[in-house]
Amino acid sequence: MSKQDALPISISGLTKSYGSLFALDHVDLEVKSGEFLTLLGPSGSGKTTLLMALAGFTRPDHGSIRFGDEEIVTMPPHKRGVGMVFQNYALFPHMSVAANVAYPLKLRKVPKAEAAGLVERALETVQLGGYGERRIGQLSGGQKQRVALARAIVFSPRILLMDEPLSALDKNLREQMQIELRHLHEKLGMTTVYVTHDQREALTMSDRIAVINHGRLMQLDAPRRIYERPANRFIAEFIGESTFLKLERKGGRLNFAGVELEVDEVPEGRNLSLVVRPERLTILDGTDAGKTNIFPGTVKDLVYQGDTTLAYVTLADGTDIAVRAGMRSEAAIEKVKVGERVALGLKSADVVLIPDEER
Amino acid sequence: MTNWLKRPASETQITHGQRLWLYFVATVIMILLVAPTIIVMPMSFSASQYLEFPPREWSLRWYEHYLSSPAWIDATWTSLKAGFLTMCVATPLGVAAAYGLHVSRHPLGQFFYIVLITPIMVPVILIAIAAFYVFVQIRLVNSLFGLVIAHSILALPLVLIVVSAALKSYDMNQEMAARSLGASRFTAFIGITLPQIRFSVLTAALLSFLTSFDEVIVAMFVSGGDNSTLTRNMFNALRDQIDPTIASISTIMIVISSTLLILSQLFGKSRD
Amino acid sequence: MAGTASGAGARANEALLNRQDWQERWALLGLASPAVLTVLIVMVIPVGWLFYLSFLSDDGNFSLEHYDRMLESKAYARIFWTTFKVSFLTTGICILLGYPLAYFLSQLPKRAAALCMLTVLLPFWTSLLVRTYAWLVLLQSKGLINEWGISLGLWEEQLALVHNLTGTLIGMVHIMLPFLVLPLYGSMKAISEDYLKASSNLGAGPVQTFWNIFFPLSLPGLFAGALIVFVLCLGFFVTPAVLGGGKVIMVSNQITNNIELFFNWGAASALGVVLLAITLGILFAATRLLNLNRILGAGH
Repeated sequence: MSKQDALPISISGLTKSYGSLFALDHVDLEVKSGEFLTLLGPSGSGKTTLLMALAGFTRPDHGSIRFGDEEIVTMPPHKRGVGMVFQNYALFPHMSVAANVAYPLKLRKVPKAEAAGLVERALETVQLGGYGERRIGQLSGGQKQRVALARAIVFSPRILLMDEPLSALDKNLREQMQIELRHLHEKLGMTTVYVTHDQREALTMSDRIAVINHGRLMQLDAPRRIYERPANRFIAEFIGESTFLKLERKGGRLNFAGVELEVDEVPEGRNLSLVVRPERLTILDGTDAGKTNIFPGTVKDLVYQGDTTLAYVTLADGTDIAVRAGMRSEAAIEKVKVGERVALGLKSADVVLIPDEER
Repeated sequence: MTNWLKRPASETQITHGQRLWLYFVATVIMILLVAPTIIVMPMSFSASQYLEFPPREWSLRWYEHYLSSPAWIDATWTSLKAGFLTMCVATPLGVAAAYGLHVSRHPLGQFFYIVLITPIMVPVILIAIAAFYVFVQIRLVNSLFGLVIAHSILALPLVLIVVSAALKSYDMNQEMAARSLGASRFTAFIGITLPQIRFSVLTAALLSFLTSFDEVIVAMFVSGGDNSTLTRNMFNALRDQIDPTIASISTIMIVISSTLLILSQLFGKSRD
Repeated sequence: MAGTASGAGARANEALLNRQDWQERWALLGLASPAVLTVLIVMVIPVGWLFYLSFLSDDGNFSLEHYDRMLESKAYARIFWTTFKVSFLTTGICILLGYPLAYFLSQLPKRAAALCMLTVLLPFWTSLLVRTYAWLVLLQSKGLINEWGISLGLWEEQLALVHNLTGTLIGMVHIMLPFLVLPLYGSMKAISEDYLKASSNLGAGPVQTFWNIFFPLSLPGLFAGALIVFVLCLGFFVTPAVLGGGKVIMVSNQITNNIELFFNWGAASALGVVLLAITLGILFAATRLLNLNRILGAGH
C-alpha cells in the first residue's frame, strides 16, 4: 500500500433531509488524497450522516460523491470498497479474530494461503500478531478496536472511514490509540475520514478538521487554524474555552468598553466580537511591554486545578472572563487575591475577531 | 434451617420465615401445573381397562394396542408430516418477513406486521371453518397440503414475534460492517446475522412444529380420511369414551414436547 | 470552504436517488409478502367470505336473519352468557393463582427461577388435548381425585367434577395459567430493585413497599396477561367440549354444532363474525390503554 494509491473524495451539494430537518445541507467538501480529515461536531450535527453517506448506508436526497473520478453516490455499500471502523466495533462474535479479519478477503475470493498471510500482516500492523485464534469475547476493548481496524485495512481499501472508533475506550487508552492511529495513517497513507465529537481528539489526530453543525460545513482548516482562528462563534465555543467581548466600531478602530483595541488589521463589515482564550491572557505585573491590549478588572474567584490555576475576572462592562495561568505565570497569579484589581494583557497577535451574531 | 428462616429474602429485608406462606402457595400451584400430565404417564402402563394410579398391574398393553392399530399409526405419521412441513413453510416465511419488516423503512411495514399477527387474535374456530369452507370449494379438504398451509398461518405469528424480538436485540451495525467489507445484503444476512439469531430461529421452528402437531380445531375440520391427524382422532375418541390407548399416546406426546422444551432451554442456555 | 457545485446541477440526481430509495424499501418489504399473501389467502379472504355468508338467508338473499335470531333466541343468549361467565371466572382464578406464582418466581435466584419456570413452560409446551385428557382421567367419577377425596374422608359420595362447569373451569385454568404467568413474570423482572430499596430507605416496611411500589408497577404485566387469557377463553373450544360434556356450550362449540349437526353456514358465520367482533373490540379497547406491541410480544 503506497501513498499514490489513496483516493481523493469530492463531495458537492450533498443534501439529506428528514422532514423539514436537514441532516446535510448542501455540503461541499474536498478530501485530499491520503489526508487524515476529521468531521467534528456535536451530536446531531450531521457528521455521522455524512460518514454514512460516504459508506453508502445513508442515501442522500441529492448531491454528488466522487471517489477519485468515479461518481459513487448511487453505488451500494458493498461495491464501494471502503474500509470502515464502527463505533462499537461491530466485530462478528461468532467468528474468531482471524476469521473476522479474513472476512473481506473471503468475499473477494482471495486464495486461502494468500489471505492467511494478509490477515497475519494486518494483525501485526495493529500489534495483535498471534491473536488470530482468539474469540472476540476474550478481547479487551482496546484489542477489539485493533481487530476492527485490522479488518477494515486488510483488503487495502483506498479510503478508510471511522465513526467515533475510540469513544468506548477509557481516557488513557484513548489517548494512546490516538497516537497509534496517527502513526498507522502515516504508514498506510490511505485517505481517512474520521468522525468524532471530541475536539481534543480532532486536534490531536487530524491533517485538517471539518467542523460541522446543523448539517452545514462551518470551517475546514488545519487544527491550529481551527483553534487559533475560529471562523465564527459556534466554532470558538465548541473548540476550547472562549469568552466573547462585544466590540464597538469607531471610525476605522475597534473599542472595548471605551478602550481602543490594538489589532493587526481591522476586518470590514458587520459588528465584531473579540474571542479570548483563557490561556492567551496574562495577568500583568507592570513588566510587560509591546503591542499589548490591557483590560482592567476585579478578581472574582480563583480555582486551583493542579496543572493550572484559573482566575475569573470581572471586566469594566461586567463580563466575567477566565484567565488560565500555567506554570510560567504561576508566580504572577499567586500574588493575586480575590477582590483585588488586576490588569489583563492580550497580545495583538492573539486577537481573534469574529462576526457578531445574536444567539 | 432456622437460620435460613431468619435470613433476608429480598432487598426489603423481609425474611424467608415471613415468606413461608408464599413458598407454600407457589409450590402447590406448581404441583397442580405439572402433576396432571405427569400422572397420566404411569397410568398408561396399567393393565386394567380402567386407568389406575398407581397401576395394580403393569403392562404395555395399551402401547401394543396403539402400535398395532393402523388408524393410530397413520394418524401419527400424518401429524408428524404436517408438523414438519408446517415448520418448513412457516419458519422461512416468518424469518423473511421479520427481517424485511425490521429493516424496511416502508410506511406499510407496520400494517404488514399487524396483518401477520392477526392469526393469533382471530378465534381459531373462525379460521378453521373459514379455511374449511374455502377448501371445500377448491377440493383441498382432507389434503395434507391444505392442512399444512392452514397450520402455517397459525405458526407464522409465533415465528414473527420470536424472530423480531431477536432482531431487535441484535446489533444491526454488524450487518453494516459486513456490507462495508464487501458483502451484499443477502450474503451479510446469511453469513453474519442468521448465525447469531439461530437460537431464536430454532425456537421458532420448534414452536411451528408444535403448533401444528398439537393443533385440534383446524385439523378437525380440514383434515380427515387418510390424512386425519393424531389430535383429530384423539379428540373424537375422547368425546366417546375414555380409551386407555389415549393415555399411551398422551405419554408419547408429553415425551416429545418435553424433549423439544429441553432442547429449546439448552439453546437458550448456550446463548448466555 | 471547498467545492463550488451548487444550484440546479447538484439536484440532478434527486429523482434517481429517490427512486433507488423506494426500490430498496419495496424490495425489503417484499420479503414479508409471501407470508402476508399466505395469511391473506388462507385466512383474511375466507373469513371475509364467511362475513358475506352471514348476511345471506338460507335461500341466498340478503338478510339479517342470522343476527336477528341471535338477538331473539334465548338459547343464543345463554351461549353468550356461558362464554363470558367461563372467560371471566377463568381469568379471575388465573389472576388469583398466577400472581403469587409469578411473584414467587420473580423473587428466586436466577438458577432456581429457571428450574421452577420449567413447571410453567412444560404445560405451555404440552398439547392442550393431552392436558385436557389428563384432567378428564383425574376428575371422572371413578377418577383419582374422587378416590383420594373419599378415602381421605374429605367427602363421602362421588362428586361430579367433570362434564360440567367445574371440570371446564379446572381444565381451562390449568391451560391458561402459563399465558398469564409468563408476561406477568416478565414485567415483574423488569421492576428495578432500586425502587424497592428507595422505598425501604424512605421508611416503608416490606408490606407497604409491596403494595405501594411493586404491585402498581406489576399491573401492566398483569393486565396484559389477563387480556391474553380472556381473549383466548372467548374462542375456546376443546376443553369445554371434552370436560363440559355437552353441558357447557360456548360460542365456538355452538359454531361447530351449527356446521356439523345442522350444516347451517349462515348461522355459524354470523356467530363467528360476532365472536371476532367481540374479540377485536376488546383487544382494540385494551390497546388504547396499553401498548399493542407489549401485549403481543409479552407471551415469549
